[in-house]
Amino acid sequence: MGPLLTGIEISNWINLLTAFLIGIGFGFALEQAGFSSSRKLAGMFYGYDATVLKVFFTAAIVAMVGARILNALDLLDMNLVFHNHYYIHASLIGGTIMGAGFIMGGFCPGTGISALAIGKIDALFFLSGGAVGAFIFAETYGLLEKIHLAGYRGPVKLSSIMGMSDGLFILIVVVVAAGMFWIAEKAEKKFERPEITEEL
Amino acid sequence: MKKRPYMNPYFSGVILGFVLLMAMFLSGRGLGASGGIKYLVVSAVGSIDHDHALQSPYYAKYFIGEKSPLKNWLVFEIFGMLIGGMISGAISGRLKFRIEKPGHVSVARRLIFAFLGGVFFVFGAQLARGCTSGAALSGMAVLTVAGFVTMLAIFGSGYMFAWFFRKNWI
Repeated sequence: MGPLLTGIEISNWINLLTAFLIGIGFGFALEQAGFSSSRKLAGMFYGYDATVLKVFFTAAIVAMVGARILNALDLLDMNLVFHNHYYIHASLIGGTIMGAGFIMGGFCPGTGISALAIGKIDALFFLSGGAVGAFIFAETYGLLEKIHLAGYRGPVKLSSIMGMSDGLFILIVVVVAAGMFWIAEKAEKKFERPEITEEL
Repeated sequence: MKKRPYMNPYFSGVILGFVLLMAMFLSGRGLGASGGIKYLVVSAVGSIDHDHALQSPYYAKYFIGEKSPLKNWLVFEIFGMLIGGMISGAISGRLKFRIEKPGHVSVARRLIFAFLGGVFFVFGAQLARGCTSGAALSGMAVLTVAGFVTMLAIFGSGYMFAWFFRKNWI
């Protein structure tokens, strides 16, 4: 039963090789989607290109549905899959800072890496800035620790705090996503910028 | 190689979803990107000024047992991402050194904002314990509050600041 490569020391190198192979798939998917283009990504915030929304929610839904199916077939123990812990302040403040970085730089870290992979110099600058950002965080951690650890709520699931089953929750996510996809298709027609979204 | 258009977004989303599912099934974890950058920085600091790294409580935890911070899942994953992105660019005819920007934006302006954006983004990702992939997407896949809140904060903030930076893009 999965996850297959956790908890066994001998699997360490196999696990790292797996990480490398998964990275290949990850970088490939991002680049094929057009996420190596900062103007395509920024289009999300100006309405002319909603690829970000479509790819992001499609991927999230495939993974959440797939994980529930594997779990129902007793192939994947979800208790052994990492659930990120919720720290209210850190998520909200960190997320807000990330959004500002997104609109300034036109990339997020993953998409920046996929853009660097095909030779985008602006992505190299973005990632160099990213290294500086990580360095500033590390050097000023003493000042930030309080905010970083505040409002701890643990690895809670949204479905549980809403008091519903995972299945029902996922169904709601799918319905909401379908509605957003419909709006996104409309917005792309309204704010069309073919010279950006089709130019390579 | 002849240029090809980008893949249909829903189809590439399905591929990305399966990659994420594989990470969960094989390694019991999600995807990530900013974490890989962090480990590279921690490792660089450790080789430039080892004493500083060992004295700082922040860095020291990554050097316990003299283990290299480079021998890490996320580091291997982001090197894979570079290869995967390159393969994709090669088969679609997009491999080319260039600076992408709208015509009315100067090269210097594009590069300065790209750099600043990177500083903000990865700093924020350290605070939030993950970026769009590690906290938002991977978190949503396991239905965590942290995943959904981080996603809403990133995109909500993007829309909030979009007006101020509109001249960079449209």
